[in-house]
Amino acid sequence: MRIDVKKTYKLYIGGAFPRSESGRSYEINDAKGKFLANPALASRKDLRDAVVAARSALTGWTSATAFNRGQILYRVAEVLEGRKAQFIDEIVALEGSTRSAATKQVDEAIDRWVWYSGWCDKIASIYGSTNPVSGPYYNFTTPEPLGVVGVFAPQKQSLLGLVDALGAVLAGGNTAVVVASEKFPLPAISLSEVLATSDLPGGVVNILTGKTVELLPWMASHMDIDGMDISGVSANLEKEVRVAGVENLKRIHAFKDATPQRILSFTENKTVWHPIGI
Amino acid sequence: MLLVDGTESSLRAMLQALPPVDEVGAHARAAMLGTRSIKTTSKSWAIDTAISMIDLTTLEGSDTPGKVRALCNKAVRPDSTDATVPHVGAICVYNDMVAVARKHLDAIGGADIPVAAVSTAFPSGRASREVKIRDTQDALDAGATEIDMVIDRGAFLAGDIMKVFTEIVYIKELCGDRAHLKVIFETGELVTLDNVRKASFLAMAAGADFIKTSTGKISPAATPPVVLVMLEAVRDFYAQTGVKIGVKPAGGIRNTKDAIKQLVLVNETAGAQWLNPQLFRIGASALLNDLLMQRMKLRDGHYAGPNYVTLD
Repeated sequence: MRIDVKKTYKLYIGGAFPRSESGRSYEINDAKGKFLANPALASRKDLRDAVVAARSALTGWTSATAFNRGQILYRVAEVLEGRKAQFIDEIVALEGSTRSAATKQVDEAIDRWVWYSGWCDKIASIYGSTNPVSGPYYNFTTPEPLGVVGVFAPQKQSLLGLVDALGAVLAGGNTAVVVASEKFPLPAISLSEVLATSDLPGGVVNILTGKTVELLPWMASHMDIDGMDISGVSANLEKEVRVAGVENLKRIHAFKDATPQRILSFTENKTVWHPIGI
Repeated sequence: MLLVDGTESSLRAMLQALPPVDEVGAHARAAMLGTRSIKTTSKSWAIDTAISMIDLTTLEGSDTPGKVRALCNKAVRPDSTDATVPHVGAICVYNDMVAVARKHLDAIGGADIPVAAVSTAFPSGRASREVKIRDTQDALDAGATEIDMVIDRGAFLAGDIMKVFTEIVYIKELCGDRAHLKVIFETGELVTLDNVRKASFLAMAAGADFIKTSTGKISPAATPPVVLVMLEAVRDFYAQTGVKIGVKPAGGIRNTKDAIKQLVLVNETAGAQWLNPQLFRIGASALLNDLLMQRMKLRDGHYAGPNYVTLD
């Protein structure tokens, strides 16, 4: 007989896997109500640390070439592909979906990730523009990364929803602080292990597990977060989040699907006037 | 009561009489004190106290008069949006920037903020005694009222303690009433805590007003065990002579948590009477912004960001 090697589910901050600084964890059950795991219960200080990590990773990630970012994201998809079985098992246990539905969700998530990786070096050429101006200038506009973006993904389809949100933020050249689904956090935690082993620089993605109501208002009021994807927020929390985010004019958006517009929502347009013939 | 009479034999006798440092114990004690939880009103007090203790420092080859003036503005009014923030303890610059800093501070209402100059061939301390004296004289002439001198670590490690001692005595004599003397050990190069204790007593006996951990150019710098040993030294020196010597950790203290840990060390080791800028300073540059951000967080109820403090 062999003793089970149980996994300690931890946070993902700055490329490392720390426990919550609060030392707390909470219980999650599978779809049948049976105990499944004890993920870390992140505190607002873990959130603060995650933002510091995301901010310091920003320069490196935005200054990498778009082509390089695309390659790194494609690498994530490759590693995801190799760990499909683990994600399928987690989704079956947590969401109570059938194995074929879970497989479909994971396949779709990987394909979506590949799709986003392709957008990295195309977003500027397709959605940027050269503008006719009255004067001796080349005038062009390109979408540039917004900065640090908070992500609260849709709660249903825990992996696909997260990939839809996170991929858009990363493809735009931003760094992310993710608050994972409170009830279904395991795919997010496994994704952090994939990210940690696929050339993505530490701090570009930071993943927190814990209570949504405890973390989201602090995320919204944090002055060093530039935007938020709150696609997974409930109606009664949404107002509080939007009000708290006003102070630093946070770009707060919610989406239903993955589109190039979703990437563009977390970019800022930069317009350059380049003199000709002088 | 004087511990030494200026002879080498009395100096050696004093240092030999020092008990060895329990290295493991010092690390454990410093780590234990680091776990103290300082919250709400205590935290608010600690942040303001820490701000008032900062020796706001710029020691780069790229320092310009403009940068030093900007630093002076920040020293007088650390948060331009909040006049209730106290001013810092001092400005710390290289010799050639002392006059710039002094003039600008006087012009903007910071006349009560001293200017400290790093001296005696900072940071290595590798120069002849004549050069070191001339270096210090320059700083004093430019208006420095605090001198941060480095000891000759090479001489100390080679056992030539008399050389280290007399150098401090010379510089102290030069400072006279005009300037406070801080003696930098560069504890990262002294290797053991025993050496830190010895250097502390040596400097205090030679007339230092402050003992300072590091130049900030070497890592490790002001680690909690080192500061603990130095605080114990000033406490014991006070018990033996009735003279209070200040302590200045410098280097590696970058965030509010580190700064508050230092204040806890002071309170629990030397005592609350050391918790003021006359007897405790923190040499730092990036720390001030973190303290300001934490202060904003306590005031506004949400986390601040680096966009809301000055770049320097």
